[in-house]
Amino acid sequence: MSLKNRVGVVIGALLILVWCLLPVAWIISLSFKSQEAITTGSPGFLPSEGGAAGWQNYVDVINDDQFRRAIFNSIGISLIATLFSVIIATLAAYAIARLEFRGKRFVLTTALVIAMFPVVALVGPLFDMWRTFGIYDTWLGLIIPYISFTLPLAIWTLSAFFREIPWEMEQAAQVDGATSWQAFRKVIVPLAAPGVFTAAILTFFFAWNDFVFGISLTSTEAARPIPAALSFFVGQDPFNRPASLLAAGAVVSTVPIIVIVLLFQRKIVAGLTSGAVKG
Amino acid sequence: MTTTVVAPDSKADRQRAAQMSDRSRAEQRLGQRLVLPAIVVMLVVTAFPMLRAIYLSTFQYSLTDPDDRRFLGVQNYVTALTDSLFWETTLNTVFIMIVTVAFELVIGFVFAMVMHRIIFARGVIRTSILIPYGIITVVSGFAWQFAFSNSNGFINEWLPFVQDSFNWFGQYGSAIAAIMVSEIWKTTPFMSLLLLAGLAQVSEDMIEAAKVDGATWWQRLWKVILPNMRSAIMVAVLFRALDAYRIFDNIFVMTAGAQNTESVSFLTYRQVIEQFQLGIGSALSVLLFISVLLIAFLIVKIFRVDLAAARQES
Repeated sequence: MSLKNRVGVVIGALLILVWCLLPVAWIISLSFKSQEAITTGSPGFLPSEGGAAGWQNYVDVINDDQFRRAIFNSIGISLIATLFSVIIATLAAYAIARLEFRGKRFVLTTALVIAMFPVVALVGPLFDMWRTFGIYDTWLGLIIPYISFTLPLAIWTLSAFFREIPWEMEQAAQVDGATSWQAFRKVIVPLAAPGVFTAAILTFFFAWNDFVFGISLTSTEAARPIPAALSFFVGQDPFNRPASLLAAGAVVSTVPIIVIVLLFQRKIVAGLTSGAVKG
Repeated sequence: MTTTVVAPDSKADRQRAAQMSDRSRAEQRLGQRLVLPAIVVMLVVTAFPMLRAIYLSTFQYSLTDPDDRRFLGVQNYVTALTDSLFWETTLNTVFIMIVTVAFELVIGFVFAMVMHRIIFARGVIRTSILIPYGIITVVSGFAWQFAFSNSNGFINEWLPFVQDSFNWFGQYGSAIAAIMVSEIWKTTPFMSLLLLAGLAQVSEDMIEAAKVDGATWWQRLWKVILPNMRSAIMVAVLFRALDAYRIFDNIFVMTAGAQNTESVSFLTYRQVIEQFQLGIGSALSVLLFISVLLIAFLIVKIFRVDLAAARQES
């Protein structure tokens, strides 16, 4: 690479870092501003002298019952939805990658249509139906739509992974004397596990990020997930939100995502791109 | 439903069924059984409510006055389509979609080129690019709303040509710009990852050959690289465009629809959940779904994306 190119890449890399991290740094900085400073107005990136609150905002957020409840709801609902979505998607993706059957195209078309479905279009009828069935404002009322809407991505990601698995190895193991269950468990499961895991992470991200269902299918803290809880966190004056407190809540709700990204970055990239491009 | 085994009806079908070995029939059955749960879950939450939305859209139906439920036929659609508010929000949504996707495509491509060429700190860059993707949209909406705020933000202070007291959310132009910045920040990483995957499929040999033939960097970009990643670009544009047309979270958080920044999704939400107008709200839902299908159809037609080929399905 020529010197000019190298300089270009370095500048580009710095740009990417600033792009991705500046707003994150900003929300962290905001979460350390004191609420008094925010009320009187505290422009600027970093907390002004005397305008810093230390960990106070975090303490307040953690001690807030509604917020704790929302975190609990989000973790529970997202994990359950992820578990079911991945199990159902694994069955479907295995069939799509491995078997010839009538209706395969129908599954893929349905998944494609649902992936581009405007979720708000379902809010009305679901709101009405869930109230009739008595699952409005419950965990179940959110888990069901989350499963449906994460299935397309999970099916694509998984079938892309499954297609790469050399299935002949299973037969080879059987020839070597393994039972078909042993062959499946010892050979295929370890090869499929990373794909299943990736699909699970992406599904979890979707459920954790959802807002539309979160605000329209809940009304109390019984099931309200974090994004909805944050948006209803208004304080007394709707035109002067408790910005620093909200920022602390936002940071807390982002920590799980950052941890997952740090741990599994390679897998997430593979899953996102194989699911969407290769397919 | 296609997932159940249908009795062969035509003569040809019957012959084929007879020829079909036991083994392949068992495979058919197994395959259909395995995809059945996925199909059921997907249809129960989308197809059934959608049909119900179509049904409800023919009624005057308000949850605040459920006894006054009257059949209206297509009247709700006429009301929606003749209301200037509907067209304003549609135009607004299309505008947001076009501008954000255009910016994301250009910035995302630059990022993808950098990530493709970079030899150091790959892990760091890849990890950071996933952070905007992973962050809750509501959180990014708040971060940008506060950043643009004239009392607590830093943007007015950093931008030399903007007065410190400038209120970004005080008028349409700057409010919509702030919303778009938030949307672009959050989704460009996704675009650049898709483009990076496309870039990885362009053969280095071809680029080298063009270089040997004396093509400039610009020529190599336009004549070799871009044409070869056409399908990756199209899939990325299609997915992001459909996603951008559904924009809701950022608008809800940043302006709540003030200064005419409403999107179609927001208008629909407001009719159903805030005003309990299930009839007209359902009509808007149906219109929203039709417009998303229309956009998908247009993009596929204009760019001639073969989704089946792009996804390697046949």
